[in-house]
Amino acid sequence: MKARVTVTLKSGVLDPQGKAIEGALRSLGVDGVASVRQGKVFDIELEGGDPKKAEALLKQAADKLLANTVIENYHVEVLG
Amino acid sequence: MKAAVLVFPGINRERDMARTLRLTSGREPAMVWHSEHELPAGTDLVVVPGGFSYGDYLRCGAIAARSPVMDAVRKFAAGGGLVLGVCNGFQILCESGLLPGALLRNENLRFICRDVFLKVERSDTPFTRGYNAGQVIRVPVAHGEGNYIADGETIAGLEGEGRVIFRYSSPDGMVDPNWNHNGAINAIAGIVNEGGNVLGMMPHPENHVEAEIGSTDGRGLFAGLAEALKKAA
Repeated sequence: MKARVTVTLKSGVLDPQGKAIEGALRSLGVDGVASVRQGKVFDIELEGGDPKKAEALLKQAADKLLANTVIENYHVEVLG
Repeated sequence: MKAAVLVFPGINRERDMARTLRLTSGREPAMVWHSEHELPAGTDLVVVPGGFSYGDYLRCGAIAARSPVMDAVRKFAAGGGLVLGVCNGFQILCESGLLPGALLRNENLRFICRDVFLKVERSDTPFTRGYNAGQVIRVPVAHGEGNYIADGETIAGLEGEGRVIFRYSSPDGMVDPNWNHNGAINAIAGIVNEGGNVLGMMPHPENHVEAEIGSTDGRGLFAGLAEALKKAA
């Protein structure tokens, strides 16, 4: 089973990398970008086929390691 | 002083730290590999050195913070044992939950490698008893992610309880955005935990302990620790 965990910075947390990317897009002439926040995506292959179990496992993985919940939020998705 | 220096794959400042501990305490520290489950018997100071543990993969210090030896360090700290984390060590202590907050990418997105000035906020801690409160010391920094952040409540707690120990400042001790190299909130360079026995700091005091290097401003921290532990023994 395939799954995806997306980790993003919390809204109050300054994101200098996102800001730099935002500036670069502007200087490339990509118009209409109001702001950019950078994050991480983890594509994870799971053993077994129970989506409920998978979600619990992914949350555990995110809480224990993938995200630092002091500064980051995460979102888990079981893709099937 | 019976110091233990933790060693993780990718760490590169552990030998500087060991040399400084030897020079300032007269005793060779134990080097403790990350997969150990226990600290050497009689350890009275744990030092988490700087470097790039696990290549800074995922987040700086994230993987090292979850290694077996850190459970032993948590137990040691819970019993009041002294823990010092420098640079990547500070990041590891934050990631392990021993210190609050987190260290983000420097505000200017550059790796900063230079001497900085630090205002020592307090002298009544085992880590800073070798200094006077308000004293300014010059020590190097070398980091890309030293921009300290925590939520408003945590910052209010740190400030209210006097747990900010070092701040980036001008050479005469002025705290000013121009001297806050990495953009850390309130120019925070080093903090202690609630118990006051765990200190994390981004700069490297261990690199300024010998006159040949050009400054001995870092010596006070280690000499003070050695004194504090001699008294306790």
